[in-house]
Amino acid sequence: MKVTRTWSIPLLVLLLSTVFGMFNLVGAGDVVPEEVAQSVFPAELFQGKTQAEIQKELPISGAYRDETSPVEETVTVDVGGAEKKVTIFRYLTDIEIMQYRGDVLWTCIAAFLVFIMQAGFAMLEAGFTRAKNAINIMMKNIMDFCIGTIAFLAIGFHIMFAGPDESLFWLGSTAATQWGFPFWLFQCVFAATTATIVSGGVAERTKFTGYLAYSVVICAFIYPVFGSWAWGSLLDGSGWLEGLLGVGFYDFAGSTVVHSIGGWLALAGALVIGPRIGKFAKDGTPKALPGHNLPFAVIGGFVLWLGWFGFNPGSTTTFDGNLARIAVMTNIAGAAGGLGAIAAIWAYMKKPDVGMTVNGFLAGMVAICTAVDVVTVTGAFIIGLVAGVLVVFSVIFIERSLKIDDPVGCISVHGVCGAWGTIAYAFFGVEEFSITVLFAQLIGIGVGFVWAFGTGLVLFLAIKYTIGLRVTKAEEEEGLDIGEHGGEAYTGFPVHDLTP
Amino acid sequence: MKKIEAIIKPFKVDEMKEELSKIGINGMTLSEVKGFGRQKGHKEVYRGAEYQVDFIPKVKLEIIIDDEMSGKAVETIKTVANTGKIGDGKIFVLPVETAVRIRTGESGGSAI
Repeated sequence: MKVTRTWSIPLLVLLLSTVFGMFNLVGAGDVVPEEVAQSVFPAELFQGKTQAEIQKELPISGAYRDETSPVEETVTVDVGGAEKKVTIFRYLTDIEIMQYRGDVLWTCIAAFLVFIMQAGFAMLEAGFTRAKNAINIMMKNIMDFCIGTIAFLAIGFHIMFAGPDESLFWLGSTAATQWGFPFWLFQCVFAATTATIVSGGVAERTKFTGYLAYSVVICAFIYPVFGSWAWGSLLDGSGWLEGLLGVGFYDFAGSTVVHSIGGWLALAGALVIGPRIGKFAKDGTPKALPGHNLPFAVIGGFVLWLGWFGFNPGSTTTFDGNLARIAVMTNIAGAAGGLGAIAAIWAYMKKPDVGMTVNGFLAGMVAICTAVDVVTVTGAFIIGLVAGVLVVFSVIFIERSLKIDDPVGCISVHGVCGAWGTIAYAFFGVEEFSITVLFAQLIGIGVGFVWAFGTGLVLFLAIKYTIGLRVTKAEEEEGLDIGEHGGEAYTGFPVHDLTP
Repeated sequence: MKKIEAIIKPFKVDEMKEELSKIGINGMTLSEVKGFGRQKGHKEVYRGAEYQVDFIPKVKLEIIIDDEMSGKAVETIKTVANTGKIGDGKIFVLPVETAVRIRTGESGGSAI
C-alpha cells in the first residue's frame, strides 16, 4: 500500500516564482521566500491564517488526517536567481479534497468487499464438511468476525500500527478525525480474514469455547504482531521487516501477512487437535469424508473471488488509476490457478475434481497478493498457474504423507501458496532478479512461519490443557450442531452421515 | 433363508460393512430411519425456544442370508454396534420364503 500523488502546484510555484524573482531583481527590494511561495497559492488555501497558526493544526501523522486538516509542502522558489526550498503550510485544494474523499470511498468499498469474504469462507467451509456440523461452522464464522472486530479494535490495531507516541487502543484519538476510520475498517476485515482461515483446518471437531478463545488471541495479538513487522509504517508504526537487507520484505496485499499466517496457524491447530474420527484408517490410509453441499462450497468460492477484488485493489487505500490493473492481475491469477488445479487433478486422478478446482483458483489469488501491484500479465498468469498445480499436490502430500487432517485444504491454499506467492515476487515482481530480494522474501516467509506456527502451537496447547480444544468422541459422532448448539441445520431431513 | 434387520447408530455403518464382508456377507440394503426406544429423544433449541426431538436418526440394515450364516451375522452385528450406551439399537431375525434375482430369474439360495 502506498500513496502517490501528482502535484501540479509545485511546478506552478517554480515557474511563477522565477518570474517574481526577476521582478524583484529589478526592484531590488528585500524578498521573503515564504511570501513568494505563498503568493502563488490561491489565498483561500490559507483561510486568512498565518503559517504558524496553520502549522499548529497539522495532524500528528497520516492517521489523523482529514479533509479539513492542513498539509505541509516543500516548494522551491527562485530568490534573486538562487533556488530556495521553502516549507509551506496550507489547506487542501478542492481537487485534493476530492482525491481524499475518493481514497475514503474506495477504501470503504474495498473493505466491504473483503467483509463479504467472511460469507465466502463460511459457505466454502460448510459445503466441504458434513451436514451434522453446519450450524457449528456458521457460528464459528459469525463469531470470528464479531470477536475479531472487537479484539482488533481494542488491542490489535494498536499493536499493528501505533507509533511510539500515540495510543491506538479502541481507535485512540484517530476517532476525532476521518482517515482512521476507512483505514481501520480495511485492516479490521483483514485481521478477521486471518482468523477465519484457521477455522477450516480445525473444522468438525473443535469445541466452540476453545474456538472463541483462539479467535481472540489471533486478532488481538498473533496477526497484529506480524502485521506490525511487515506493514507498521502504513500508519504510524515501523516494522523491522520493512527495511530487511536494505531492500525490505515485500508483501503488497498479504500473501504472507494474512494468508500464510492463517495457514500456519491452521497447521498448528490441526496438529494439536488431531484428525477427525474416521479420517485415517488404522494403517494410516486417509479416507474421504465428503462435504455435504458442493454447490454451496463453489458459490462460497465465487464469493471469495469477488471479495478478492477488494482485498488486492483496495490495498492501495488510494483512489487512483492503478486499481483496475491490480484487479485484472488478481483475476488472471485466479483463473490461471483454476486451470492449473484442474489440469493437475485431471491428470493425477483422471477426473476434474470440483473441490480441487475451487481450491486452485483460491490458491492463485492467494499467491498473487504479494506482487499484484507490480507483476506483469505473464507473471500473474505463471504465479497463478503454479499455485493451482502446487495446491493439488500440497493437499495430497499433507493428507497422505504428513497424515494431517485439514478438512477444507486451508493449510495448502493459504499457507503453502501464500509462501509460493511471496517467493514469486523475487522472480516476477522486480525488474531485475536480485538474490538479496529473494533472501529478504525467504526471511519474511521463515519469520512468518516460525511466528505463526510457534505461537499457534503454544496457543492451541494452552487451550487444550485449560478449557479444552476438542469435543468428546460421542459428540463428534453425533455432530457438533446438536452437541454444541442444541439444534440441527436441516431439521426434518435425514442428514446424519453414514460415515463417522 | 433369513432376513436380518438391524437398527444401528449411523456412524457404525462403515465399520459394520467391513466386518460383515469379512465373514462373507457381500450385499446389504440400508435405509436412514428415525425412531425411538428406551433412548427417547433429546432437547433442541430454536431461537430461544426449547423443543423435544423424539425420533432419533438411525440406520436400518437389511440382509438376507442362508440359515446357517445367520447366527454368525447376528453375532458380528452385535459386537460391532455395541458401544455399551443406551441407543445402540436392535436386531431382528425373520424367516424368508424365497428370493429372486431379477436379471437372471434365479431363485432361492443362489439368488442372494
